[in-house]
Amino acid sequence: MIERPDSAVSSVAQRNLEGYVGFANLPNQVYRKSVKRGFEFTLMVVGESGLGKSTLINSLFLTDLYSKDYPGPSQRIKKTVQVEQSKVLIKEGGVQLTLTIVDTPGFGDAVDNSNCWQPVINYIDSKFEDFLNAESRVNRRQMPDNRVHCCLYFIAPSGHGLKPLDIEFMKRLHDKVNVIPLIAKADTLTPEECQLFKKQIMKEIQEHKIKIYEFPDTEDDEDSKLIRKIKEKMPLAVVGSNVVIEVNGRKVRGRQYPWGVAEVENGEHCDFTVLRNMLIRTHMQDLKDVTNNVHYENYRSKKLAAVTCNGVDATKNKGQLTKSPLAQMEEERREHVMKMKKMETEMEQVFEMKVKEKKQKLKDSEAELERRHEQMKKNLEAQYKELEEKRRQFEEEKANWETQQRILEQQKLDASKTMEKNKKKGKIF
Amino acid sequence: MASSDVVRQMDKNARPLALSGHVGFDSLPDQLVNKSTSQGFCFNILCIGETGIGKSTLMDTLFNTNFENFESSHFEPKVKLRAQTYDLQESNVRLKLTVVNTVGFGDQMNKQESYQHIVDYIDTQFESYLQEELKIKRSLHNYHDSRIHACLYFIAPSGHSLKSLDLVTMKKLDSKVNIIPVIAKADTISKSELHKFKIKIMSELVSNGVQIYQFPIDDETVAKINTAMNGHLPFAVVGSTEEVNIGNKMVKARQYPWGVVQVENENHCDFVKLREMLICVNMEDLREQTHTRHYELYRRCKLEEMGFKDTDPECKPVSLQQTYEAKRQEFVGELQRREEEMRQTFVQRVKEKEAELKDAERELQGKFEQLKRLHADEKSKLEEKRRSLEEEMSAFSKRKAATELLQAQSFNASTNNKKDKDRKNSGFM
Repeated sequence: MIERPDSAVSSVAQRNLEGYVGFANLPNQVYRKSVKRGFEFTLMVVGESGLGKSTLINSLFLTDLYSKDYPGPSQRIKKTVQVEQSKVLIKEGGVQLTLTIVDTPGFGDAVDNSNCWQPVINYIDSKFEDFLNAESRVNRRQMPDNRVHCCLYFIAPSGHGLKPLDIEFMKRLHDKVNVIPLIAKADTLTPEECQLFKKQIMKEIQEHKIKIYEFPDTEDDEDSKLIRKIKEKMPLAVVGSNVVIEVNGRKVRGRQYPWGVAEVENGEHCDFTVLRNMLIRTHMQDLKDVTNNVHYENYRSKKLAAVTCNGVDATKNKGQLTKSPLAQMEEERREHVMKMKKMETEMEQVFEMKVKEKKQKLKDSEAELERRHEQMKKNLEAQYKELEEKRRQFEEEKANWETQQRILEQQKLDASKTMEKNKKKGKIF
Repeated sequence: MASSDVVRQMDKNARPLALSGHVGFDSLPDQLVNKSTSQGFCFNILCIGETGIGKSTLMDTLFNTNFENFESSHFEPKVKLRAQTYDLQESNVRLKLTVVNTVGFGDQMNKQESYQHIVDYIDTQFESYLQEELKIKRSLHNYHDSRIHACLYFIAPSGHSLKSLDLVTMKKLDSKVNIIPVIAKADTISKSELHKFKIKIMSELVSNGVQIYQFPIDDETVAKINTAMNGHLPFAVVGSTEEVNIGNKMVKARQYPWGVVQVENENHCDFVKLREMLICVNMEDLREQTHTRHYELYRRCKLEEMGFKDTDPECKPVSLQQTYEAKRQEFVGELQRREEEMRQTFVQRVKEKEAELKDAERELQGKFEQLKRLHADEKSKLEEKRRSLEEEMSAFSKRKAATELLQAQSFNASTNNKKDKDRKNSGFM
């Protein structure tokens, strides 16, 4: 019952309570609310026609999902692969389940089946996209969950191994949906053949690294035992039937042969019950959770990363996936501002340098100019001086000569005066 | 938005189908509950009330344990919020409980800012969740939800009416959190006073438009009890961690000289009702209301603030990707524009500087030309002078030559004359 409280004390302290508090009732509250809400589940069945898919669905849900009024996909002849859904509402024990069965008539039936998985992938992606859009709206309402929660893949009971189409399909879809491979029409295999076939298939699945749906680990020992048992039987070999037959006073679903009745719900005849228990009674919720937490999140992060990265190299953006696209843009804006600042400083530097260069050049030219001017001035001055000197010399010479002339003249004058005098004296007779 | 919104719209396209046996999906609620139980639950309570009104004691009493409590003083300058998280367990149910206490509420002289810290705290928790939800790679199922699921508002037992601080605070919070008002220290009010007090409080709340949390009445299983309890609001509570011996049982009580107030006695106070409603019956609903109503409102306002819309101007639905892409385009455009602007300013500066430098160059060139002219002038002047000097010199030398010639001639003549004269003179004799 309620234990004594621990003595451990920390800020996230463990307390075991004395006396009644009442939150042990929480699970009941959750139960109540979930029943009120109702449940949804989408199951996809894929396989070539004639493998008994519709019959298996009818057997699984103990109802005539496919009947005369609503014929199954095998009754409808398709030229190309279609994806069709049927929605039904079933109730049991007060629990309402809206079940959507998605069919793929035409799958694998053509001569050339390359890309026959594409419509299937497109369907799954479109459901993810619808959910993403609904989840991302500003005004959100309660969103219907139409995502594909589980895909039953039917393998033809050849007894040998997987076909290339099987491998290709599963490889392409294991990242998008929970894939559960089944061996169809298992009543054509003896138990030994079946064992070998299963081993072969699992070997090939591992070789090709195909990720089929894995059961989650539980802490409960009993559950773990059960899960291990199921794992050993994978892939489950199933038989389906729409017909109820009387066997030993019991009414059972089965297939009547001349040599006996293959009972659908007999664990020794086939793994049908295992499938039903696992798919519906124990792991339906987990299939939904894995779809929501793993496959959908994968789709979403790829989609949003594509929007924000926009062609930027993915390898250097590991860190940005932890942010929302808007936070990412904020960060990019900051980076950009820094980059611009750096660019600005660089450009400034180059600019300053160039200006300095130019200024220096101008200064140099100016200095040169000054120098030449000085030189020319000096030159001229020298010439002036020279000229002055010359002039001076000339003037001196001229003055000298003129003085000389004047002396001569004077002499001449004196001489003529003397002559005159002499003449007058009669020297001349 | 009523709780009926929570009920998923049953798909109108789903046709109801009858089952011919037990399929087993009625275990779905159990599967869901098992999953939640193994993950553990989480609940966050915010207690608002004046210092000393009994918040911590009530929490201890409600959860039957001794949380680490610090007695606070009356002298806190601002309202602070103190959050502590505890791991509780009752039978196999684990609960991570966070109790947030307001410290110093109502102690300040000016209480105008009191509620702001509380509003901010609540918004911060919403913002955290929103950021996680918007991340590209997110893990919502692992996220520790810190949003406040319930707010216990402690009303002082004055017996008269609500204080204006109470009204103002509750009005600010009613659209952000589930408010559950409680009358604290109810052992100081008599039954008749209490009745009047409750009516007064409820009418004041209604007349001021405060929307307190109403226990949901849409689920038939709990409608009756919830309706009844809604009529007892607000609950008058007494808290005590001390035990008193009453009739051979140790019960939680407060011992007075005039009697013993038993906490779990419904005649004495509404403590049991509060525990019933808050924890046993409606804890899950409180969490759900917080997520689908209060959080959605916050998210819608925040997204609209950031410019997200569900439809573009032509009223066509816009997906999240389109909005993000549009934002990204805008963002990239803005960055490009900034870069362009910076470049332009830079180019402008370069041009201006270039023009400046060119002007300087031209100036220098002009100066150079001027000097050249000056020099040429000087040179020509010099040449003039030289030429005139040369002219003078040549004139002089011509004169000199002519004079000398004349002199020579005259000398010759005079010598001839003299000779003649001499001859003549001698001849005459």
